Formats: sequence, structure tokens, C-alpha cells
Amino acid sequence: MTKAEIVEQIYERVGFSKKEAAELVEKVFEIIKDTLSEGEKVKISGFGNFVVRHKNARKGRNPQTGQEILLEERKVLTFKPSLVLKNLLNESEHDETGSEEQP
Amino acid sequence: MVGGDEEVPTGCPNPGSEMTKSGLIEEVAKRTPHISKKDTEVVVNTIFDSMIESLRGGERIEIRGFGSFQVKLREAREGRNPKTGEPVHISAKRTPFFKVGKELKEMVDGAPSISDESDDEEAEASHHEATA
Repeated sequence: MTKAEIVEQIYERVGFSKKEAAELVEKVFEIIKDTLSEGEKVKISGFGNFVVRHKNARKGRNPQTGQEILLEERKVLTFKPSLVLKNLLNESEHDETGSEEQP
Repeated sequence: MVGGDEEVPTGCPNPGSEMTKSGLIEEVAKRTPHISKKDTEVVVNTIFDSMIESLRGGERIEIRGFGSFQVKLREAREGRNPKTGEPVHISAKRTPFFKVGKELKEMVDGAPSISDESDDEEAEASHHEATA
């Protein structure tokens, strides 16, 4: 799925013009990006949380050569899926993985 | 809940503040004054609903400049109850993964190429020491 397909979904389900839908989709991701860039969390209930984490500098190792390297301090974005989403993915709506435990 | 964060939730650069979905709707509405807030709300919800459905269908989502979402199958494994140390069986499950896109990754890390606000904090933080 791409942004264009999300726009298509909005057009189909909500009846917005594709132009308007595209504008809104663009804005939504733009705002999320801006917010995260400021170090703020973005929490979308039913979907998940985007959190910027600060990673301290640490010593690492090049797995190929075994050489020690210093990994610099940096900020990374993490996504923690909501429980609702995780559960939805494990409901047997499609049977791609065959049999699955169903309590 | 089993599993979860391996990381200690510290060091978020802006820990106090957060944006929720309603905050997001609010902000989108502010930036699109020609569209009603009600409509904005419907659209924001439709975006995430359609993304969820796509993931449920096993599809990969790619939002350019933002990142991609993909569902991976986690094999069944033997885990341990972190409190008691007791071994527990964890059955196979599908888990969504997010991979941050290059642009957003750089934005979050304060890439100098995008904005010209050079944080003092940032400059101080980058000591190069290649321990060879």
C-alpha cells in the first residue's frame, strides 16, 4: 500500500475528491514528521505509538571484521504497535500462515 | 503481558509532550481551514483504518519520506517469565514492524541538511573517537 492507495481508499469510503484526500493525507504525515522531529511522541490509539529515543554512545563491533567501533550518540525513532493492532493481525481473517492456535 | 520493551524508556528528548490522534486531527484541521474538523476526523480515521486493513491482508505499506510497515511472522519460541524466571512457551504470531524512512530518520536525528537550527547540545554531543 502506498500513499496513493490510501488516497484512493478515502475517495472510495468518504467520498472526498482525490485532490482533497491527497492534501489531507499529505498533511497528516507531514504533521507526524514535524512532531517527531521535535522529539515529541505521537500516539495513535488503535494503531501504535511513535517515540523518539535517545541512544547513548556505545562501543560496538563490526560484525564482519570484529573490529571495535564507537557508535555515536543519536536519536532514533521507534514504533510500538498497539495491542489492538497486534491482536487484529493474529485474528484468523486470512489464512496465509495456515493453522494457528485460536483460544 | 509477555515480551515488550527491551529498552528502558528514558532519554526521550522531549519526554513530557506527546501528540495523540485527537491532537493530530486538531492540527490537520488547523492547517486545512477549508475542510471541516468533522471531515478531517473522518479522514484521519480512514487513513489508519485502511492501513490496518492492508496490514491484516499481509500487505506492506510504504509511505515515502516516512517509512514502511510490514507484518512479520515470529516463530514460536521458548521464553521466560521475567519475574519468576520460569520458562514459558510463546506461540507463533504476526507482529507489525516499522522501518523509518531515510528522510524522517535524518529529521529525527537532527540532520543538518534539512533545517539550519544547529543545536549546541547536538554539536557538543558528537565527539569522534574511532577506537581502532
